[in-house]
Amino acid sequence: MKTFPIGGIHPSDCKEYSKGAKIERFPVPATVTIPLSQHIGAPAVACVAKGDKVLVGQIIATAGGFVSSNIHSSVSGTVVAVEPKADAQGNMKPSITIAVEGDEWAEGIDRTDTVVKAINMSPKEIVDKIAAMGIVGMGGATFPTHVKLSVPDGKKAECLIINAVECEPYLTADYRVMLEQGERLLIGARILAKAIGVDKIYIGIENNKPDAIAHLTKLAGAYLEIEIVPLKMRYPQGGEKQLIAAVTGREVPSGKLPIDVGAVVQNVGTALAVYEAVAKNKPLIERVVTVTGSTLASPKNLLVRIGTPMSALVEYSGGIDGIGKVIAGGPMMGRAVSNLDAPVTKGTSGVLLMPTQESLRKAEGSCIRCAKCVEACPMGLEPYLLSALTQQNDYDQLEAHYIADCIECGCCTFSCPSYLPLLDWVRIGKAEVMKRMRERSQKK
Amino acid sequence: MGSLITTVLVVSGLGALLALLLYLIAKKFNVEEDPRIDQVEKMLPGANCGGCGFAGCRGMSEALVKRDDISSLYCPVGGAECMKSVASFLGKAAPEREPMVAVVRCAGSCANRPKTNQFDGAKSCLVASSLYAGETGCSFGCLGLGDCAAKCEFDALHINPETGLPEVDEEKCTACGACVKACPKMIIELRKKAPKGRKIYVSCVNKAKGAVARKACKVACIGCGKCAKVCPFEAITVENNLAYIDFTKCKMCRKCVVECPMGAIVEFGFPPRKVVEEPQSAKTE
Repeated sequence: MKTFPIGGIHPSDCKEYSKGAKIERFPVPATVTIPLSQHIGAPAVACVAKGDKVLVGQIIATAGGFVSSNIHSSVSGTVVAVEPKADAQGNMKPSITIAVEGDEWAEGIDRTDTVVKAINMSPKEIVDKIAAMGIVGMGGATFPTHVKLSVPDGKKAECLIINAVECEPYLTADYRVMLEQGERLLIGARILAKAIGVDKIYIGIENNKPDAIAHLTKLAGAYLEIEIVPLKMRYPQGGEKQLIAAVTGREVPSGKLPIDVGAVVQNVGTALAVYEAVAKNKPLIERVVTVTGSTLASPKNLLVRIGTPMSALVEYSGGIDGIGKVIAGGPMMGRAVSNLDAPVTKGTSGVLLMPTQESLRKAEGSCIRCAKCVEACPMGLEPYLLSALTQQNDYDQLEAHYIADCIECGCCTFSCPSYLPLLDWVRIGKAEVMKRMRERSQKK
Repeated sequence: MGSLITTVLVVSGLGALLALLLYLIAKKFNVEEDPRIDQVEKMLPGANCGGCGFAGCRGMSEALVKRDDISSLYCPVGGAECMKSVASFLGKAAPEREPMVAVVRCAGSCANRPKTNQFDGAKSCLVASSLYAGETGCSFGCLGLGDCAAKCEFDALHINPETGLPEVDEEKCTACGACVKACPKMIIELRKKAPKGRKIYVSCVNKAKGAVARKACKVACIGCGKCAKVCPFEAITVENNLAYIDFTKCKMCRKCVVECPMGAIVEFGFPPRKVVEEPQSAKTE
């Protein structure tokens, strides 16, 4: 069975808590807070003001540049504020707050359950539609999808890879989508393939989801171009570069993009959002969020409107008692939440509630040069060295040791027997080196 | 015996030859250096703190000797005295600077700023600030993990365990600015050093709206602008819901301290106010 060539770890997948829970529609909350920056790139620019009435699916902020994304209202009601609100990490971010009144949808959105199979649009029309509907990468990185689909001149996409790996422990949102919305997901994948002009689609799924593999294989029988690729379970297989290596055997060179080896990778959630945007004219206003944890009374997979406060989800799934840490996303790459009133955004794949005992970090030791982090790094870097160099502010050396290739998967911190916060330091060094590289390229 | 003599002769001959070679090479590649650089370096404090902008005292002394105009160079550790002696030694005009001192612009102690969560990661402000806003509702204030204290070469900055905030020892602070650079929240500022350690400044950097700032911290600046109105010297500006006192204009009349409804403007080193009536009369006016 295929997998990526170097590094990686085997955390317990912990998916048993929520994997059986069917996707439930979460009730519309009383107010939603929609941040203007839910994607990588320039923040969107608000196009509504305080007091305006909005409908579900109405555009409320327009993209602030090419690498940016439109934002639509996820509810109907009145805009009560356009001002900075604390995000999940407590930092103030420009947001639009809407008080909900009823549930009136904007015209033109097809809300029926009928599956639309035929798409009569040109690739350019599809990309424009995806941009207009504010679709971003829903695996967590939230890179605007239309940018990824705009293949630069001189480069050619050869295959589309649908990332159905969901290698993050605990999360089951993509898994439930595959089981429950498989047909739509495949149509979404075909739309994406048409947009970039390729006739080969791979869907990479890890072998800890055998029923999803079986289900999609059965459905994909109707489409010749789709191939389901079962993968050997290993974290971080869902990383773009790891997945390309696992599925096609091609390595993305340092500093290059997946398109340089002819691959475009899109997440399962993104493919479904693309289907809804293109076939049903529905903007990205809701997403599936896994709310889970080992002590939770009823872990759930919820279809949540963007902007719903996380505290509402937590309450719905059994409350905060005995919980020491809340993480938005999975335990490996997710970020701890210090402000529970912060909203679910386009990139929130899960809300993980860890009991106090599990959440505590162990006391830091000293590096014993065991090189476990080097062994675990899927990018072939030396995390112990990068961490030390960052603490010495030696940015030239950091660049020479390819810190910019770090994908921040956290395998190094996970594998360290001395419990060193390696990734915390590497992330800081990487940010500084990337800044310097950008400044240099701007000067040229 | 003969071989012994030969050995001695060969080895000493070789030694003499190589010594000559070394001497010639040293002559050939000799770098002429102004001897004053060494002398100036000895006059500098030798702290190698980087407060002057150079990597160390050597770089500074080179610049002092080589540049004609040294008005832009200043050693904050040595201060005016040191610069004067260096300048007179070199026969150049002495650069002048106001003596400065580092000031921590946050009063969010545990009592003033209730904790809303607990940070469990690496004990570094840089790491914490890269991850999130902090342990309290205030996303601008001090994180209290001591990056500034760790960077201080002069033992002038320590985290007070009671308040969780750094405190500057004014006697020891040389205003080298290492703490200013180390603080990821940009709380520490170098301000003019006044006689008797007198200081007046806004001890807050919270740019959130008044209501949000007030909720997060009991002594936050809420940007109400009362201080700017009462200041007779136009030294106070309010920008982004935050007041700032320009120390070049401030005459230390202390009117703003009384006026501030939050107690965010603090004074240090002043004798106690004469009567408590002062604020009361201000109220009745």
